[in-house]
Amino acid sequence: MNPFSSAQSGFIDRIDDNLCLDAKLAIGVLEGFIRNEVNKVGFSKAVVALSGGIDSALSLAVAARAMGPGNVLALLMPYRTSSPASRNDAEELVEKLGVQSKIIDVSDMVDAYVNEYELSNIRKGNVMARARMIALYDHSEEFTGLVVGTSNKTELLLGYGTIYGDMASAINPLGDLYKTQVRQISEAMELPESILNKAPSADLWEGQQDEDEIGFTYRDIDRLLYLLIDERWSASEITSSGIELQFVDQLISRVRRNQFKRRPPIIAKISERTIEREFRYPRDWGV
Amino acid sequence: MRLVEIEFRPKKRSDWQVKARLRDVRIGIAQINPVLGDIEANVDKHLEFIRRAVDDKCGLVVFPELSLTGYVLEDLSYDVAVDIKSSAINRLRECSGDVSIIAGFIHHTSDHQFKIASAYFEDGEIVHVHHKVYLVTYGLFDEGRFCAPGDRIRAFNTKFGRQAVLICEDLWHPSSMVIAAGDGADIIHAPAASPGRGVSGSSQQLGSSRTWHDLTRTYSQMFVNYGTFANRVGYEDGINYYGLSQIVGPDGAILAEAPADEECLIAADLTDGALRRARISTPLRRDEKLELTIEELRRIKTERSQ
Repeated sequence: MNPFSSAQSGFIDRIDDNLCLDAKLAIGVLEGFIRNEVNKVGFSKAVVALSGGIDSALSLAVAARAMGPGNVLALLMPYRTSSPASRNDAEELVEKLGVQSKIIDVSDMVDAYVNEYELSNIRKGNVMARARMIALYDHSEEFTGLVVGTSNKTELLLGYGTIYGDMASAINPLGDLYKTQVRQISEAMELPESILNKAPSADLWEGQQDEDEIGFTYRDIDRLLYLLIDERWSASEITSSGIELQFVDQLISRVRRNQFKRRPPIIAKISERTIEREFRYPRDWGV
Repeated sequence: MRLVEIEFRPKKRSDWQVKARLRDVRIGIAQINPVLGDIEANVDKHLEFIRRAVDDKCGLVVFPELSLTGYVLEDLSYDVAVDIKSSAINRLRECSGDVSIIAGFIHHTSDHQFKIASAYFEDGEIVHVHHKVYLVTYGLFDEGRFCAPGDRIRAFNTKFGRQAVLICEDLWHPSSMVIAAGDGADIIHAPAASPGRGVSGSSQQLGSSRTWHDLTRTYSQMFVNYGTFANRVGYEDGINYYGLSQIVGPDGAILAEAPADEECLIAADLTDGALRRARISTPLRRDEKLELTIEELRRIKTERSQ
């Protein structure tokens, strides 16, 4: 299904042009961001959970540029069903970048819990993501490195991630880049072909593929999100430009339903000065 | 059905001279919990409370600030904003023959400004729209980031008498009351979305509710008018709106008070007789030196700009 099939090609071209970033400029901002945010809190090192997918690969590559490869630890945390190809890709990248790395098999940790209950794929996937978060933050302490996140803008908007799992990080260089932009910048950074070309997958169970699960391609999702979020188009304006109604409705509802994942927990207001409401210092206040 | 221009202008220059005298009327406050961002659901809720107000023989029912949209809108402001020809507004207009209505919404103006508005519906028409003049952009509030302020405060004639609508923070500036009362309003409404805050020390009352009740009563006494404080209830993003709406007489007496935290309709009977007695016993309006105030303000303005 192509939800843009009735849209004019000029219309789509304009969106694609705007989604296409100057990679050098973007990489410069991301590099400076990581270096600045890590140094600011008194750290000089970074830790990244590396799955072998494109997002964590880009985060790691930018962190290595920002902090120097010796100051970056890549944590590979396979579960026993994780794709061996991804593991190979991850190891290839570690070697290419020259960063430090460690392999932590989370199978026992996950199974200790999972075997107690009958868990659906979703629950099991969430447990895996949160087990990895435990190991990641533990190594942040051990390595004295800040946790650099890997959630991109598309995932964050769709809520396609595990809260307090893969969504957990101290700083996130990718959170304002759509999936297709991650791919574009990764190409500019010359990440290994196998990472650039593989189908996106959370790899939480065998054969899982993001685009099958979400039901649309990242290319189409990003085009729509760009119109909705970046350009503030209304749903009716978008559908009258020939984009399929069902696609638009589904995505808008998904973005709305997952708003809670993008915000800290709400605090019951009692006093005159509530954290996050009237108590609003910048995060940098703390450094 | 006639659509009235939204930029309210007096129908004739002699609007003040034909100031409508207060007619005895029962008025209600619908203390509701709007659904955040869902106008259709909120119109349904309005219709339910409008029916209850009719059953209770009210001539006017007042809804809280942003009653059709909910309050903590942020970027939702742009999505829920409507113009006065929208179907949601028309649905209220259509039932304003049975009971007059004051309801709140984000007004999307023809020049694409977004204003916090309360409209007065009477007999199928909108007779007045007030745009919130004082947007709160401090503390927990962020209205000025999303909305444009109103640029006028006007009293207006209705079939029940001359009234004014100010919205929430407008009342925290006593000059708004000076204008509304000076313009002859005998009933001054305060639709509000006041969050509970200030649970502190041994006080058994929320700090914010205490302030509002002080304001409502003091204003009614000092400007000798009937007043409503139409607050909402419910929770939005952790903020609690406590309710405790009030209808207050021109002597400061509380004529009706809603409970905390519950949706409800409260009502009270307003009479021209009580207003007459209050204006005789406390003739503050008669003695008000409007010219002096204007001259001194003019002087202050000149000196300040020098």
